[in-house]
Amino acid sequence: MILKTLKKGARNAKRSTIIAPLFVSFEALFEVFIPRIMALIVDSGIEVNNLANVYKYGALMIVTVVLSLTCGIIASRNAAKASTTFAKTIREDMYHNIQNYSFENIDKFSSASLVTRLTTDVTNVQNAFHMIIIMLFRAPFMLIFGIIMSFTISSKLAIVFICAVPFMLAFFFFFLYKAQPNFVRMFKKYDELNSVVQENVGGIRTVKSYVREEHQNKKFQKTAKELYQYSIGAEKYLALANPVVRFTMYACIVLISWLGAKMIITGEGGMTTGTLMSLIAYVTQILMSLMMVSMVTIMITMSKASANRIVEVINEKSNIVNKENPVTKLKSGSIDFKDVSFCYLNDKKVLEDISLHIDSGETIGIIGGTGSSKTTLVQLISRLYDVSGGMVSVGDVDVRDYDLDTLRNNVSVVLQKNILFSGTIKDNLRWGNEQATDEELIEAAKKAQAHDFIMNFPLGYDTKIEQGGVNVSGGQKQRLCIARALLKKPKILILDDSTSAVDVHTDAKIRESFKKDLADVTKIIIAQKILSIKDSDRILVLDNGKINGFDTHENLLKNNEIYQDVYYTQMKGEE
Amino acid sequence: MANKNDNNSRPMMGPGARRHQFGGAPKMAKGELKKIIKRLIDEIFAKHKISIFIVLLLILINTGANIYGTLFLKDLINNYITPLINTSNPDLSGLGLAVLKLALIYTCGVLATLVQSIMMRFISNGALLNIRKKMFDHMEKLPIGYFDTHTHGEVMSRYTNDVDTLRQMVSQSLPMVVGSIITLVGVLTTMFILSIHLTLVVLVMYFLIMFVIRKLTRKASKYFIKQQQSIGSLNGYIEEMIEGQKVVKVFCHEKESIEGFDQKNEELCDDAKKANANGNMIMPIMNNLGHLNYAVIAIVGSILTINGIGGLNLGTIASFLQFTRTLSQPITQVSQQINSIISALAGAKRIFALLDEPIEKDNGFVTLVNINYENGLPLESETVTNHWAWKVPTENGKYDYVELKGDVRFFDVDFGYTKDKKVLNDVSLFAKPGQKIAFVGHTGAGKTTITNLVNRFYDIDSGKITFDGIDIKDIKKPDLRRSLGMVLQDTSLFTGTIKENIKFGKLDATDDEVIAAAKLANAHSFIMKLPNGYDTELSNNGSNLSQGQRQLLSIARAAIANTPVLVLDEATSSIDTRTEKIIQEGMDKLMENRTVFVIAHRLSTVRNAKAIMVIDNGEIIERGSHEDLMAQKGKYYSLNTGAFELE
Repeated sequence: MILKTLKKGARNAKRSTIIAPLFVSFEALFEVFIPRIMALIVDSGIEVNNLANVYKYGALMIVTVVLSLTCGIIASRNAAKASTTFAKTIREDMYHNIQNYSFENIDKFSSASLVTRLTTDVTNVQNAFHMIIIMLFRAPFMLIFGIIMSFTISSKLAIVFICAVPFMLAFFFFFLYKAQPNFVRMFKKYDELNSVVQENVGGIRTVKSYVREEHQNKKFQKTAKELYQYSIGAEKYLALANPVVRFTMYACIVLISWLGAKMIITGEGGMTTGTLMSLIAYVTQILMSLMMVSMVTIMITMSKASANRIVEVINEKSNIVNKENPVTKLKSGSIDFKDVSFCYLNDKKVLEDISLHIDSGETIGIIGGTGSSKTTLVQLISRLYDVSGGMVSVGDVDVRDYDLDTLRNNVSVVLQKNILFSGTIKDNLRWGNEQATDEELIEAAKKAQAHDFIMNFPLGYDTKIEQGGVNVSGGQKQRLCIARALLKKPKILILDDSTSAVDVHTDAKIRESFKKDLADVTKIIIAQKILSIKDSDRILVLDNGKINGFDTHENLLKNNEIYQDVYYTQMKGEE
Repeated sequence: MANKNDNNSRPMMGPGARRHQFGGAPKMAKGELKKIIKRLIDEIFAKHKISIFIVLLLILINTGANIYGTLFLKDLINNYITPLINTSNPDLSGLGLAVLKLALIYTCGVLATLVQSIMMRFISNGALLNIRKKMFDHMEKLPIGYFDTHTHGEVMSRYTNDVDTLRQMVSQSLPMVVGSIITLVGVLTTMFILSIHLTLVVLVMYFLIMFVIRKLTRKASKYFIKQQQSIGSLNGYIEEMIEGQKVVKVFCHEKESIEGFDQKNEELCDDAKKANANGNMIMPIMNNLGHLNYAVIAIVGSILTINGIGGLNLGTIASFLQFTRTLSQPITQVSQQINSIISALAGAKRIFALLDEPIEKDNGFVTLVNINYENGLPLESETVTNHWAWKVPTENGKYDYVELKGDVRFFDVDFGYTKDKKVLNDVSLFAKPGQKIAFVGHTGAGKTTITNLVNRFYDIDSGKITFDGIDIKDIKKPDLRRSLGMVLQDTSLFTGTIKENIKFGKLDATDDEVIAAAKLANAHSFIMKLPNGYDTELSNNGSNLSQGQRQLLSIARAAIANTPVLVLDEATSSIDTRTEKIIQEGMDKLMENRTVFVIAHRLSTVRNAKAIMVIDNGEIIERGSHEDLMAQKGKYYSLNTGAFELE
């Protein structure tokens, strides 16, 4: 499953993905010949004082080196191309799929985690991919060619290798088996340590004002100490790797020296000084490749967690998609909720039994305490979430039957946690309408009471907004977001607590201009401040996900307890 | 923000984990480098002097065994093979003994490696533990100013990135480099002894190789810098767009978002391709030039032997060729490690900078003690009595006890976070015990600054602040802070249970006290609804709680600390008005008989304060009760009627 998804990442660099391991194998093959040629130089050159042979085989050796070098360079260039293209492709697959995500999908992962997956995890997997196409081919080929070569020299001595290889393999598997869980445990502790530091840095004011430095210090020391123990535990096996490899290598060399020397002396099996030398070279080559394989395997296993996280993102299916033959025209801005209920991922119902009708052009205020699901309710209208039960319709058509773009372009939501993007004010406003003329931008800004402060900036509409919109005040940001939403020329406009930082007067002016200029637009306003919704045609009082009242200000003030409560708390002393 | 991803970085072990570091290493002056290395040795190795010495010895033994093994080839060929070839009934006992000797020496080598690995494991992890402890311990003593002038990401990356690179260096690079250098010296010396001619050839070849590698590295590093920039740009874009993904959805901006991404992704891919194509080439070139070296030595060696120059023979060449192979290994290793060592040193420099930050100064001598009244006279008590007093040393070596009442006064206080910008200007105010003083004003007007000064997170530039008549400069900081309860706007919760988080205000509180405090803050009911009640684990700074619930917990925390003075900095800003009304009763109880400083943007919260200070541009421009100020029809009046924006 993981492999299948990740394999697709190589689709844009198929050629390189094949060429790289192919040439790496060639490189290994040529490299393996080098000690063999050396044996020829020794046996037919030096031993018998034949300079011609030395030149001949020397030239052959240089040719082999050049070939090996060429293959190596071709392989590494292609590996670079393949692995970077691979990273690009999976990043692309992830990002493109994220764009299809519904709000629910986004909530499931959280933005922070998506960012990590797109960055750190991709880098990890890219490195692993590079390892696979280079090292995972090079090392086994070296191993196999090396063994074959040794057999051609002396099958008797090659047996020594054959015995050493399974011994090493057994050790490495044991090592992997033992070390893996230890490393997982260690990484977990490591994360824990970081989070202790992080929350301490973030909460330093709290720590200091309660004089809890010592307390935090103890907590950290405990975690650090545990991390130390876990690291020691995890590296226990890692520390064995080098000695074991050395041991095996030395044992082979000693055995081959002893047996080889005896064979040369007794003239058994055509053994010569040169071939003995090359055999010893093969010992190093073969065991080093084995070690390489094991190291690479460890690295690949370590990146498995990253691979998993990436695949999750790529394979996540959006649960809100267009129907076949969707409706592409929105008749009117009327809204109907029929027995709507809704629950988030955790299955707790946050909306229940919601039935209501809103006429096109009406202004509706929504009020309710934290956790009364006001935001959830309005987000069902533009299908940012799908209902769990019942039906929401706009213009007498079920929202699920609309084309998503049509619906969302006609239902403009100003989110509570709103964001401006880096770029000029103009760029940001044009999110609402790419083709908007400057006049249209100014018109929308005026309606949102943003024009005046924009003009107060030296660069006016060309003022740059920093990432996260940190260079405008909260109230200004909210007004820019409203202007941006207005540029869509929607049939329904939803403001989710979007004027909380705007002063009361400006807030009133915004509502005034809505009344005047957006008479036929259905307006839904969620607010904490009673002043912001008091003048609405009707006000919906939500309490714990249920409708508590839905009436005019006057009637609610007479009959609705919650409304009275909120009203008098906020109005106290202001008459 | 920019460093957020750093928090997710983990140490990766094994080769290749820190590839692509060409050019990433910053340049450092030589003198500075020396200082850092010296300090590093002092800081982390001083404790392990003997172990380090033993490890060096072990490396020496191991290298020696290795060199002996290679030299053995010469003896084997010259003394045991060549003379015995074609002899009938050859005497193999000499050979057997020599092989046995080799086996013995090799065994020593393996054992040395084993002990060295095990020791290094303890040394490097111990060194890291030590430095981590030191860092955290020091960090806890730093003044708030440090945290205000450094981003969280920056501080975090000292612990993640910098310690990681240090870890890499201490556990891998350093032993490898030390081993390599010893091998290099040993092998070169042996080679010189074996044959000066051939050694010269080898050296010339290596200079050639180094030259090529330098050229390549320089070229690659240019591209790697470019790649780094592209990564930064792409990651920045990803961060911004994914954070704003919901806005993207609402505006159907998916297509545009993809276009922007694709362009940056493509750019990165291009740069990365070039960088890696050049960088990756170094490995096979290094490798194969090593082989070329081998070939050249073979040819030159053969020619010399056959012509009888330099006293060469077959055994010598065989050994020499093995040495040529051995020689390329340490050179490759050192060149691979050099970048990670340099970036580790840069990391060490940043860690030392943190360790060198001056810690909070405390010249206070007045302490806070529990007292009992006996015959109307205060008497110091070891047990908790609910009566507190300041213990002020007098000149004759005795102590005066001043009852802790919560009388806070500011006299002509001037303050600025930086020298050139004053935040508070000539502020005077007094809060009598049990009074509620409120501060209102724009963001940046200096409201929070006042509370920063009361608990001496910052020290004033001029003027005086007194607590029960004692200059707060004379009070020991921990004692001063213990007398103040703080409820801040951003509630910091810590990993652990709800109970532990409330107990943060009073570590030895009983369960009953915890519940009573939670009830007071109206947090009890929501806590009981959580799966494990008070034992519910909070993770991730309590992200599973709403902002309002978090504030309730922080109020409970202040309640359990039971301090005479309370500072509420936007403590109820995330609680809706209805809930605020419900907890009002608890808050009122909490504020009873205490001096309270309230900072709030919701004016309903401050209305019943004894005195309201309207702060603008660091000055108190209006003061009085709500009624007074409304009658004045000044700034407070216009704030209340909404002519100004508040945040």
